[in-house]
Amino acid sequence: MGWFENKERPKIPPEKELWAVCPKCKSHFEKAAWRKNDSICPKCNYHGRLSARERITHTADAGTFNEVFREVTYSDHLGFHDAAGPYRGKAEATIARTGETESVVMGACSICGHRVMLGVMDFAFLGGSLGTGTGERIARACELAVRERLPLVIFSASGGARMHEGILSLMQMAKTAAAIGRLKEAGLPYISVLTDPTTGGVSASYAMLGDINITEPKALIGFAGRRVIENTIHQKLPADFQSAEYLEKHGFIDRIVERGEMKGFIAKMLDYWGF
Amino acid sequence: MSGKTAMDCVKLARDPARPHLSDFIGFMCSDFVELHGDRFVNDDRGLIGGFARIGGEKVLILGHNKGASVEENMTANFGMANPDGYRKAMRLAGLAEKFRLPVVTFVDTPGAYPGREAEERGQAEAIARSLEFFAQLKTPVVVVITGEGGSGGALAIAVGDRVLMMENAVYSVISPEGCAGILWRDGSKAPEAAEALKITAHDLKRLGVVDVIVKEPAGGAQKNHRAACAAVKQAVLAALAELKKISPEELLGLRYGKLRAMGNFY
Repeated sequence: MGWFENKERPKIPPEKELWAVCPKCKSHFEKAAWRKNDSICPKCNYHGRLSARERITHTADAGTFNEVFREVTYSDHLGFHDAAGPYRGKAEATIARTGETESVVMGACSICGHRVMLGVMDFAFLGGSLGTGTGERIARACELAVRERLPLVIFSASGGARMHEGILSLMQMAKTAAAIGRLKEAGLPYISVLTDPTTGGVSASYAMLGDINITEPKALIGFAGRRVIENTIHQKLPADFQSAEYLEKHGFIDRIVERGEMKGFIAKMLDYWGF
Repeated sequence: MSGKTAMDCVKLARDPARPHLSDFIGFMCSDFVELHGDRFVNDDRGLIGGFARIGGEKVLILGHNKGASVEENMTANFGMANPDGYRKAMRLAGLAEKFRLPVVTFVDTPGAYPGREAEERGQAEAIARSLEFFAQLKTPVVVVITGEGGSGGALAIAVGDRVLMMENAVYSVISPEGCAGILWRDGSKAPEAAEALKITAHDLKRLGVVDVIVKEPAGGAQKNHRAACAAVKQAVLAALAELKKISPEELLGLRYGKLRAMGNFY
């Protein structure tokens, strides 16, 4: 792009890079310091992304997480192929790299002693996209929660529906919403935590359907992408558009909760509701 | 179907000469009474609804309204609904449930409106709630995909007991242009994306998303509105006759089962 860009710069594998850059305020930190601060920016308090496993460690009581539905994985029913090659190859590489078999990890666990069904999305798994496997895991979790009378907690992180699985990925929005509806009808609580980023088909289905919808500081939450909107309305959008704070102001988020307080907050709500 | 590509269907589905909501209402219904507003902020023009008679049946009609004139195109955002539109749809569908009338929806939208106010008033929340709402609505719902079934904005009024799709309509998780821009990094690869996404009526029937394909007049619905609408009317009445025999409780169970089976490969 610019003359100043050094195209010859050697690529450093991410695990060997020393610096972490806050995507919100662009401040540089030593990677070890960023990690030590739970991936929270020490300068602007942006709550960075966590892997599903890191989030589970933060949330579940030690040793209580019992994973379910791991056999439910992506489906290449369309034999989808794009400019980068076959979807199957991309999905298999993602599985090898992340060790996960879908974009949501599901399991029963305790949170400060409260038994719950916990689902955590992993943005590193194909952008946390909602595929048929993701939708199936969530629907099964809702049904299992109803049978076991467990509250449901889902941490979302997703760019939206998974194009590679075509129309059936869109249908997961309806399937998950229907399953969440049944869980709520059964009188069970559903706490939705929208983490950075939660957009598109995931925000427009189960993520926005919590009995309470909560989030972390500076998370990006929205339906359409900023660029799509700016191109449609021919206007610049405010800098804080679609931020956690913006959504709270407009009435779509119950509360912004700091990462260190999240576990206690969920337990407190379950306590109020008698679960 | 012979020789027609997915992109040919996209072009037909978007043809401005194709029958629009006002044509379907005009040719299929009598005594349409439009009802306005979401009771909060607005009366969205991109998604409209009201009571009508189709043949001998009293129904609630909901549908995306692309608009028949340039002026109407603008006020209706070419059928791209705002959250207010989906909230109005839920309000009216609630009335249909209360008075035990079936709902017939007409789906034809590029997608939900991507605007600043749409986001501020909760586009994601409105669509999400609509999906949950229609899954639990205790009255028959017949969905007709008439033109463009554009992603979440289409799905928000497309959860029902029978999904009918016109032969040249398309229904997709993302527009072929949007998909090509992301996965091919080149919007001009839309025909390849359209093919890969499997968005035609025949593809969707095979995938179990669509129950009935409504045949169009030779050359497409734009050539003969009257005949196209008559075929849709017949298919809607057939679906309503089947659904009438099922009790509301049983209907909810069947509808859940239908959604639940979508993409369960395990």
